[in-house]
Amino acid sequence: MEIDLSQFSQVFFEESLEGLESMESELLKLDVNEPDDESINTIFRAAHSIKGGSATFGFSQVADYTHLLETLLDEIRDGRRQMTSDHQDMLLLSVDLLRNMIDALMRKVDFEDPLLAELERRFTAALAVNNANDDSHDENTVEATSNEDDANQMATWTIDFQPGIDILRCGNDPSLMFNELRLLGNLDVKIVDSTLPDFSDMDPEACYLNWQLTLVTEQTLEQIKEVFEWVEDECTINYHKKVHSPQADQASASENQETTQSDTPQQSPGTELTTTKPKAVTPAKTPEGGSIRVSIEKIDILINMVGELVITQAMLGQIGQQDSIDEESLLSMKQGLEQLASHTRDLQESVMQIRMLPISFAFNRFPRLVRDIGQQLGKKVELILKGEETELDKTVMEKIVDPMVHLVRNSLDHGLETPEVRVSKGKEEVGSITLNAFHQGGNIIIEIIDDGAGLDTELIRKKALEKGLISEDEELSEDAINQLIFKAGFSTAEAVSDLSGRGVGMDVVRRNIHELNGTIELKSTKDKGSRFTIRLPLTLAILDGQLVRVGKHTYVVPLVSIHESLQVEEQRINRISESHELIRLRDEYLPVIKVFQEFGHDADSHEIRDGLVMVVDSNNEKIGLLVDELLSQQQVVIKSLEDNYYKVPGVSGATILGDGTVALIIDIFGLVNLAGITNASEHAA
Amino acid sequence: MTQITQQEQANTDETSQQYLTFIMASEEYGVDILSVQEIRGWEATTIIPNSPSHVKGVINLRGTIVPIIDLRQRFGIETLEYGATTVVIVVKVAISSDHKIIGIVVDAVSDVFSVNNTDVRSAPDFGDDTDLGFIKGLTNAQEKMVILLDINKLLGSEILPEASQLSNLINNIDAQQPKAVNE
Amino acid sequence: MKKILAVDDSASMRQMVGFTLKTAGFDVTEACDGDEALKAAQIGEFDLVISDVNMPVMDGLTLIRNLRTLPAYKFTPLLMLTTESGIDKKHEGRSAGATGWIVKPFNPDQLLATVRKVLG
Repeated sequence: MEIDLSQFSQVFFEESLEGLESMESELLKLDVNEPDDESINTIFRAAHSIKGGSATFGFSQVADYTHLLETLLDEIRDGRRQMTSDHQDMLLLSVDLLRNMIDALMRKVDFEDPLLAELERRFTAALAVNNANDDSHDENTVEATSNEDDANQMATWTIDFQPGIDILRCGNDPSLMFNELRLLGNLDVKIVDSTLPDFSDMDPEACYLNWQLTLVTEQTLEQIKEVFEWVEDECTINYHKKVHSPQADQASASENQETTQSDTPQQSPGTELTTTKPKAVTPAKTPEGGSIRVSIEKIDILINMVGELVITQAMLGQIGQQDSIDEESLLSMKQGLEQLASHTRDLQESVMQIRMLPISFAFNRFPRLVRDIGQQLGKKVELILKGEETELDKTVMEKIVDPMVHLVRNSLDHGLETPEVRVSKGKEEVGSITLNAFHQGGNIIIEIIDDGAGLDTELIRKKALEKGLISEDEELSEDAINQLIFKAGFSTAEAVSDLSGRGVGMDVVRRNIHELNGTIELKSTKDKGSRFTIRLPLTLAILDGQLVRVGKHTYVVPLVSIHESLQVEEQRINRISESHELIRLRDEYLPVIKVFQEFGHDADSHEIRDGLVMVVDSNNEKIGLLVDELLSQQQVVIKSLEDNYYKVPGVSGATILGDGTVALIIDIFGLVNLAGITNASEHAA
Repeated sequence: MTQITQQEQANTDETSQQYLTFIMASEEYGVDILSVQEIRGWEATTIIPNSPSHVKGVINLRGTIVPIIDLRQRFGIETLEYGATTVVIVVKVAISSDHKIIGIVVDAVSDVFSVNNTDVRSAPDFGDDTDLGFIKGLTNAQEKMVILLDINKLLGSEILPEASQLSNLINNIDAQQPKAVNE
Repeated sequence: MKKILAVDDSASMRQMVGFTLKTAGFDVTEACDGDEALKAAQIGEFDLVISDVNMPVMDGLTLIRNLRTLPAYKFTPLLMLTTESGIDKKHEGRSAGATGWIVKPFNPDQLLATVRKVLG
């Protein structure tokens, strides 16, 4: 039968990556001195499954490599070998290496990495240590002599088969074995019933019979023995061979060859591997798009809701078929519509739920990261994860990981002090970094908290002065100074080691979070530590929006960006040029963008004093948007404008309002660019 | 002028295609019926800021945001007030490997007819740098000339190139037309 | 149609075994650990159980031991799928009540040959 094994590759890749993930997290949890049995078992199982699968599906590079891991882990599992931190390191490195190997398989490219050979060498060396009690070599030599020259000679074998009394209880059936022998040659079966007990002593489930089998075949002893392979331990089997050969000497020479099964060695694993290795398979297609695993529970909820929806639809349909609508049916129609509204809402929520994954998917990578960087920096760190089961949209999760990594690196690098410094400050030697996630309203809050030194306000102030972000005489609160790290152009390159300063500043972190319609806040206390709070919408598909009117047009502004809206009197308006106007808000000067101007259409209010200024946040700068009127606030479903059109500057997408018309969603950052305001604070300065 | 009739001889393809034809400024145009999704009346659009004038905005087509393009303006023909008879033809446009759904505003829908590919003549070559790639060819239906449009080329490019000269071209084609038929 | 229960925590192996056997005309039920398999076995009467050894929740050997205590599975062939070709595992498997084993890696043909061997 031809079965294309490549159809299973994709599943194999996915489960292998999952296996590596659990392997990694168990390895990180592991206390090398007292490894937990269950952890070791989990790690072993992951390696074992990957090896089994890769060998079966023809990924021999992965199979050969995981074989080393498996062997080592098996020895640790059985207590034959003591786990060391070196082992732990090698295994962690292997997790990365295997990820890359599988990635290469998915992309159907060759995998080459000097690390592979290096780790192979380390594993082989580790396995060679202390392995004197391995006596497999002797077995192989015995094996070699036991079946030499008897291939392809027609011979008559007499086999005394005395099965163990429990053979039937293992589901083995002697008659099936005899059938198999018949495939090898001509078989004659004789029952030997001399061992039958008295009827009264007989256990109906036991096997008391022995057989004498005569097989005429060209096959080797090995092939005959294979038939009894499963039962040879419990059975006594004697083989006698008589060669049908004109050369009588040879016949007599091997005639009395007798082997007692119980101590016949196993076929060496090596030969077995080569004979059963499957044909090379072509790897599966590279995956297109992402897939998502959805729990059956979520799908069931969805199906239930669709069921409800169908019932409501049927009810409304019935009313629709009536020729006239009386009071009663009008009432039930209203009820139906209400139900429809509530079902639709529920359905929307449940569909969104499908995309929701626990944030542990994002958190999982941090134990490793914290461990590695902590080691590198010589800092002792404890990572505390909280609220790992908090769910958020898969896309949001994918996009928030990088900013989080950056923040955690930052905390490790700048926040946490070295053990000595900590002790001198009277703190615990081991610092802590906490990742905490929870839901609040329609948002997810992710906190990154460290108990380190806090931000160095003086240094930041100095830097900001140098960069001209603030002026000498500016009186800023400590908090306000700390916020400066989010400003574009604030690079702490000097103060930053190469770890967190990989060319990415906090302004980029902030912008990335903003692009997800989220916000980031910072609280820092000297010598107590700092806390970054990221607030994100649960999904990118829905947005909390403020509807605004500009002339005849309705736009949606993300609520999360809006600080306040106000009318501005003439005396607070500063006109610095034809196109640039500032307003004074308390002690700040904000540039104002006239939406109608940028969007090239008419509006009721052409002057700032006539309209309404909405103070919004653009990349940590406050900006005023001139609009005519605030309408309602509502959740809107985000639709792409690019699907059928093109990206439009200043517009992030579109939505459909309650009346069925389309409203565009304003992209504040894009609008600022469109207006040519490069750095809002420059105007203020 | 005789070269026009000679050009058509080269086309020996026997298969036929169905076209939906529509009227604009008393010219008749045809688009491959397979690309037509639906025909709707004109409805108010939401304008797209800073878009070319022939892009009239977007509408909600059962949950999808669909841009609407005024073909008169696209062709540089004088615009008309949109009225009750103004029609939007929603077409599916293949753009590289993807496709976009776009609505085109035309004066009125005319007819559906089958054109044998052998009856399609190439558009005349005016020799200058006018890109007429979006004209698939010319054909006659009930004694009237129909300009067959390649919708993918017409609507597929990023921001549609201005073709204000097109009305002149069409006039030119018209001028040539009687002679070509008479020969 | 003979009914086979295929047990493996690895989805790819499970699919491969399941697909091969289904293609060959067997009625296959899949389970992803010993516990699930035991429950399935108690509901449906299977002619053959093929189980991986290393699985979470309940491993293959425990599954086989448990199955043998059920009257319906006293004599049913129970095969282990294992990469451990070492004699220890086989011996352990035998004493747990396994009929035999299939050593990974195996290809569909080898699997079918073994299955036909125990199903007659």
